[in-house]
Amino acid sequence: MAKIGLEIHGQLTKLESKLFCPCKADYRQFEPNTNICPICMGIPGSLPLLNRTAVEKATLIAMALDCKTPHKIAFFRKNYFYPDLPKNFQITQLNVYGNTSIGWEGKISVADKVIRIRRIQLEEDPGRLIYEGANEKTKVTLVDYNRAGTPLVEIVTEPDFETPHEVREFLNILSDLLENLNVSDPGLEGAMRADANVSIEGGSKVEIKNIGSFHDLEKAVHFEITRQQSLVERKIEIVQETRHWDDGRKITVSARTKEEEAEYRYHLEADIPWVRINDDTKNQLQTHMPESISSKKERYVSKYGITSQVADILASDRYFSELFENAKNQTNAKDIANMITTDIMGLLDTRKKRETSKLSSEHLSDLVEYIKSNKITRASAKLALDEIIKNGKLLEEIISDLDLGHVSDKDELSNIITQVLNEEAKAVKDAKLNPEIVNFLVGKVMQKTRGKADPELTLSLLKKSLGFD
Amino acid sequence: MNLGISALQYVNSIKNGDFTVEEFIEKSFERIKEIDDKLHAFLSFNDIALEKAKGIDRQISSNQKIGQCFGMPISVKDNMCVEGTKTTCASKVLENFVSPYTGTAVSRLDAEDAIIIGKTNLDEFAMGLSTEFSAYGPSKNPWNIDYVPGGSSGGSAVSVSANECIASLGSDTGGSIRNPASFCSIVGLKPTYGLVSRFGLVSYANSLDQIGPMTKTVKDSAFLLNIISGVDHNDNTTIDNKNQDYLKNIDAGIAGKKIGIVTEMTNPDGLSTGVLNATNDAIKKFEDLGANCEQVSLGMSKYAVAAYYTITSTEAGSNLARYDNIRYGYEFDSSGFEFNSYISQARSKLGPEVVRRMIVGGFVPSAGHAGKYFLKALKVKSKLITEINHIFKKFDYLISPTVPIQPFKFGEKINDPVSFMLVDFNTVTANLTGIPAISVPFKIENGLPIGIQIMANHMDEHSLLRAAYALEKTVSLPEVEI
Repeated sequence: MAKIGLEIHGQLTKLESKLFCPCKADYRQFEPNTNICPICMGIPGSLPLLNRTAVEKATLIAMALDCKTPHKIAFFRKNYFYPDLPKNFQITQLNVYGNTSIGWEGKISVADKVIRIRRIQLEEDPGRLIYEGANEKTKVTLVDYNRAGTPLVEIVTEPDFETPHEVREFLNILSDLLENLNVSDPGLEGAMRADANVSIEGGSKVEIKNIGSFHDLEKAVHFEITRQQSLVERKIEIVQETRHWDDGRKITVSARTKEEEAEYRYHLEADIPWVRINDDTKNQLQTHMPESISSKKERYVSKYGITSQVADILASDRYFSELFENAKNQTNAKDIANMITTDIMGLLDTRKKRETSKLSSEHLSDLVEYIKSNKITRASAKLALDEIIKNGKLLEEIISDLDLGHVSDKDELSNIITQVLNEEAKAVKDAKLNPEIVNFLVGKVMQKTRGKADPELTLSLLKKSLGFD
Repeated sequence: MNLGISALQYVNSIKNGDFTVEEFIEKSFERIKEIDDKLHAFLSFNDIALEKAKGIDRQISSNQKIGQCFGMPISVKDNMCVEGTKTTCASKVLENFVSPYTGTAVSRLDAEDAIIIGKTNLDEFAMGLSTEFSAYGPSKNPWNIDYVPGGSSGGSAVSVSANECIASLGSDTGGSIRNPASFCSIVGLKPTYGLVSRFGLVSYANSLDQIGPMTKTVKDSAFLLNIISGVDHNDNTTIDNKNQDYLKNIDAGIAGKKIGIVTEMTNPDGLSTGVLNATNDAIKKFEDLGANCEQVSLGMSKYAVAAYYTITSTEAGSNLARYDNIRYGYEFDSSGFEFNSYISQARSKLGPEVVRRMIVGGFVPSAGHAGKYFLKALKVKSKLITEINHIFKKFDYLISPTVPIQPFKFGEKINDPVSFMLVDFNTVTANLTGIPAISVPFKIENGLPIGIQIMANHMDEHSLLRAAYALEKTVSLPEVEI
């Protein structure tokens, strides 16, 4: 049986500024090396200034993961040389001299299993290295410090996973949780990264690094278990090592350079005084903690009678659950939920589409209301949705612009039916023998009215004209 | 015009119209030109000092509001950042480093219309106590140029004592303000850790570093402390002092106060005869002022120097790691280097004392050795704090000679690191415990100065300055002849 543990790095992308300076936490919008200042560049004489909001957001994560949280947190320096690290040390946290990190000993349910969280710490992200050049000779390493100093939480699990599938499921749940807490936007490139430790019974622990996506992580873990099992079958020893995920070949490869016992010379970061987190602050955070996904789901089912499957999909997604919460009332909730999961999720399936969408919760409640009161057909509602997302106009306006109004006027509809019956003489004849043909005639009426005809009224009028009653 | 006047005398003279700011600055530069080739207090000068002086004169003549410093020339140790000017830390590594911003202490002086006249010499990255480790050559003691001026803020002490400027800002990690103040016969104050913002001070050992005034008189130190102290949003470790006025009631005297004579710091075996005699004289003077002096043992101080070097080396190893020449530094063609060889090449410009501490700093906190060295040093620090807190329940002040010996000759100690380190014996305790300490000029013996150190409780600068002022009033010292 395999044992798998994870180290997840999640950026707190929803913060305004970096962990220790006023530069933007959202570095992605900047040209290289323009989101920097003396502090995040480690200019001599500059001092880190702790972003207290980051401490609170990270504490929120710790609380949501059922962690123990300290009364005082401390920061440590992890010393090592790397070109993406402006000070050549990283400000991070350490629980070796007592528990002073953001949180520890937490847990989270994944399917029917409890995964234990060993530790959560708050730290700064380094800059980014970009390798350029056609070949070995012209190769250069470029450094972009825009990311340096952005706030990161490191979440370390116990080795409680047994299958790659569990790993994937956990990461999805964790990513939804971070999004739901409004601390991170896990969909952003590089906002969530994970390393895995994999071992099988009787073998040493192997660390896999450099994994680009959750999808690849699942694959990498799967590959690594298979690799280790085949070694055991061939009676070859599994060496304790670090392996990198080769994205091209979809295999793990030994990092080769035998990684020496890491020597980080940890010591307290004296520039940041210990931060007190008193019970008041914790209570405050607890009170303002967004409702958890599982509690939302339960509420959707029990209060609104939404099916558990739809409730699950809805609750797990912060964007759509917010849309739902704002549009729903006791009577329309079920219809709103269905419209989101069947129509809107398909239309807004990318981040970009969501960002540019003009759809509001009012639009949504109007749409459901119009369908219910027969002012518009479901088919027309779909057309209207497309338009609303594009231009955000009022539903009323769109209905008139596109002429989507329901034809439920008896006289008007009768005229159209007479036309259809004249045009489709053969079908009328056949219908007398085969009543199913009437559906074909309904379709023709719909065609003429571009889907606006009230289907029930059309059917009853048709039957009457054909003398079926 | 007397360039040897104090800051407060200067302010009065300007207010009285005895001379203009421009005249004073011009004369100061003339004196620097005349003597600094010999003394080497300065590493660089402010090109626009005269212009600024003229501007302040204009403001004065048009009755505009002027800052408290009235254009007095102040020098700044070259490990503090001033925007647009070089901050070298007396290192070749930062030979061309131009700071993009001004640190808090300097900008507060600037806001009060002080004129930063130039940047002063130090031991490279403030590691040393003689300026012999400056990459640009040592400063000389104005009392006798064959002798060291002390350090690491040696250039600052020389500039004040030789009347090249009115006052200076130094930094003190283990005695770097007090030691040269004592060796050059000026007043040097190391404030409580956190009282003066370190923003803009290039870190050596950031849990101990502190900026402080170096002045001709105790009152001048109080005057400058009023300006530079207090909470700063650019330094999370600063303390709110509620805008205390340290000059207020500075002459209240010390009658009835309890003074502890630190036994370990006045041990006749460790002190030179001259210093021992001076210390005994000082004790007598304190008693004459109505204070009660009593021996007190600070047992942990025996280990203070060892703990100090262990902690400072660890922090220095971390603080100086950033000088990899990637983001700033000197011209260096990096092509063809692999990262590790690049780093060692880029760092090859660090001087011998810095390298020594980097090596120690790589070892003492490392896994497997931390328990024996670094963690033990932290334990000493914490026990020392407990001991000091206990002692200050009973005593108002602790006293000792600032340095156990008088200034020594160039080259005399540089090759014997351990005896060099022991020169710090009396000063490191204040840094390790965070308390304020001041060195007051007390005697000239064989043509060389001796200073007395007074220490007070955490954040008790007010009372510390009173005692220093009281002692200062009892002595009359000759002018330096240079």
